[in-house]
Amino acid sequence: MAKVLMKGNEAIAEAAIRAGCRAFYGYPITPQNEIPNYMALHLPERGGVYLQAESEVSAINMVYGAAGCGVRVMTSSSSPGISLKAEGISYIAAAELPCVIVNVMRCGPGLGGIHPSQGDYFQAVKGGGHGDYRLIVLAPGSVQEMADLTFEAFDLADKWRNPVMVLADGLLGQMMEPVEFIDREPQMVPKPWATTGAEGRKPNIINTLDIVPESLEKRNYALAEKYARIADEETRWQEYKIEDADLIIAAYGTSARAARSAVDMAREKGMRVGLIRPISLWPFPSAPFAEAADGTRQFLVVEMSMGQLIEDVRLAVNGRGVVHFINRLGGMVPTPPEIYSKIEAILQGGEVQ
Amino acid sequence: MMRVFERPESLTEKQMHYCPGCTHGIIHRLTAEAIDQLGIREKTIGVASVGCSVFAYDYFNCDMQQAAHGRAPAVATGIKRVLPDRVVFTYQGDGDLASIGTAEIVHAAARGENITVIFVNNAIYGMTSGQMAPTTLLGQKTTTTPRGRTVHDNGYPIRMSELLATLDGAAYIERVSTHDPKHVMQAGKAIKKAFTMQLEGRGFALVEVLSTCSVNWGLSPQEALEWMRDNMVPYYPLGVFKDVTREEEQA
Repeated sequence: MAKVLMKGNEAIAEAAIRAGCRAFYGYPITPQNEIPNYMALHLPERGGVYLQAESEVSAINMVYGAAGCGVRVMTSSSSPGISLKAEGISYIAAAELPCVIVNVMRCGPGLGGIHPSQGDYFQAVKGGGHGDYRLIVLAPGSVQEMADLTFEAFDLADKWRNPVMVLADGLLGQMMEPVEFIDREPQMVPKPWATTGAEGRKPNIINTLDIVPESLEKRNYALAEKYARIADEETRWQEYKIEDADLIIAAYGTSARAARSAVDMAREKGMRVGLIRPISLWPFPSAPFAEAADGTRQFLVVEMSMGQLIEDVRLAVNGRGVVHFINRLGGMVPTPPEIYSKIEAILQGGEVQ
Repeated sequence: MMRVFERPESLTEKQMHYCPGCTHGIIHRLTAEAIDQLGIREKTIGVASVGCSVFAYDYFNCDMQQAAHGRAPAVATGIKRVLPDRVVFTYQGDGDLASIGTAEIVHAAARGENITVIFVNNAIYGMTSGQMAPTTLLGQKTTTTPRGRTVHDNGYPIRMSELLATLDGAAYIERVSTHDPKHVMQAGKAIKKAFTMQLEGRGFALVEVLSTCSVNWGLSPQEALEWMRDNMVPYYPLGVFKDVTREEEQA
C-alpha cells in the first residue's frame, strides 16, 4: 500500500477505524482535536458511531457502556481531559473492558499549556485513577507508530480484556509524516461476557462492585496475575547502538527522536553512546536496562517531564550504574545539540551525578 | 386454579437488601412487570447506579451494567448508540441523578437519547446514612442538615422532572408516587409507557417515582408513606410534564 502524508492525530484515527473501532466518544481539547474531527467525518460512513459527549467524564462512561456491549470503542483526549477520565478508566480496568484511550499529552500541571509534554507518564503507568489496576501503555515515536500502535492497541485490549492507552504528545499529534497502514485483518475475539440482551442465556453483568472482602481480595489477585502475564508477553522496546555503548540513553516518544539524533552526533565524534526506547511504558522494559547495567555503563534519561521516566530506569538499573538526567518542561522540546552537550559533559567532562 | 400473582420473570429470585418500609422493591417490581408485559426481557440492558439501588444488577433478570456514581445516562448512551435495537434503561436515585449526575442526565435528555430512566426520589442519601440530597425538602432534618435544611445554607430542592421537561429532546416525563396502592398502579402505567416510548423510538423518557426512606427519615413504614403524601407530593406535584404523543394528538 502506498504511503500517505498525514498528521499523527489523523493517523491514529484512521488506524482505529481500520482496526475495527465502531464507536468513538470524545470531547474537544487541544492538541488532540484532529482525532475527533477525523472520526466525526469518517466513522459514521464506515459503519461506526461518533458522538461528542458533554464532558470527558461522560465520554469515558459512554466508552464503558459500549465496551461492555463488546464493541471496539475508543476515546481520545489530552492531559487535563485524561484527569477527568481517570474515574472511568479505573472502572473500565476493574470491569476488564477492552477499549483504547488516547492521550495526546500537553504540558501541565493544571490547565498548563497546549504544547507537547510527557508530564503524564506517572498518571499513565502508575495509576491516575483509584485502586490497584494497570493500563497497557504504548508510546509511539513517529506518525507511523501512531498508526501501528493504535491498530495493535485494539487487538491487545481484546486479547487481555484490558484498557490500552496510546500515550503520545502534542508534537507527534500535530506533525506530518508519511505513513503506511497495517495491511491485515484485526484479531477479533468472541466476547460471550458482553451485555447484548440475554436472549436464550443467563444475564451478563458488567460490574465492579464487590463488598465481600474475601471475594474482592481474590479479584485483585486475579487482576494482578493477569498483569503479570501481560508483563511477560507484551513488553516492547527498541535498542539503538547499545552493544558497545559506554552511555545508554533512555527516552520515549518525542524525546527519543531527539535522543537518537544526539546518539548519532556523539558517534560521529567517536563517543560510544546508545539508546533504549521503551515502546510499552507499562509493562516497562526493565530487562534491557538490567542487562546493560553491568557496572561499567552510565545512563542518561531524557524526558519532557520533571523526573518521571527516570524512576523506572533507576529501578531497572538498580544501582549498577550512574543515571544522569536532562529534561525540558512547559512545552519546550529537548534538541539534539543540548542532549549532545550533556553526553559530552558526561563522557568527556567527567560529569558525575 | 388460576394464578393471579407471581414473581415477574424480569426479577431474579435473589432476596432484596432493602430496608423495611422502603419502596425500592415496589419500583423494581413495577419496572420488571413493564418489561415482562412488553415481552422485551431478552433484549433489555439495564444500567444500575450508585446509592441504595446499587445492587439492582442482582435483582433484574436481564443483562445489566453497573455504572459509576451519576454516570448511568452516559453508560446507557454508550450502549444504546452501538445497540440501537435493544431496550436500555437506567435506574437511579436522587443523589445519583439530581446531584453528581446532573450533567449526564441533562445532556442525555437534551440529545433525545432513546432510553428509559427510572428516577427514584426519596429526598435523601439513604446508602451513606441519611445525608442531605438535592431533593431534600426545606426544613427536613438529615445527618448533614441536623437542624433542618435552610435556604440560606443549602438553597432550594431541585424539581428534576420540571427542569428536564423544558428540553426539546425529552419525549416523556412523568412524576408518580408510591404512597398508596392507587398511586402504585399509576406508577406502573407510567413506567410501562416510558418503555413503550423507547420501543417507538420517540426519545428520552423519564419517570420520577417518589419513594420513602423510613429508616433515614426516622419514621415507621406507615408514617413514612404518610409523610411522603403530606410533604413530598405538595412540593413535587404528580403528573405528566412532557408527552410528545399527547402533543401530537392535540396538534
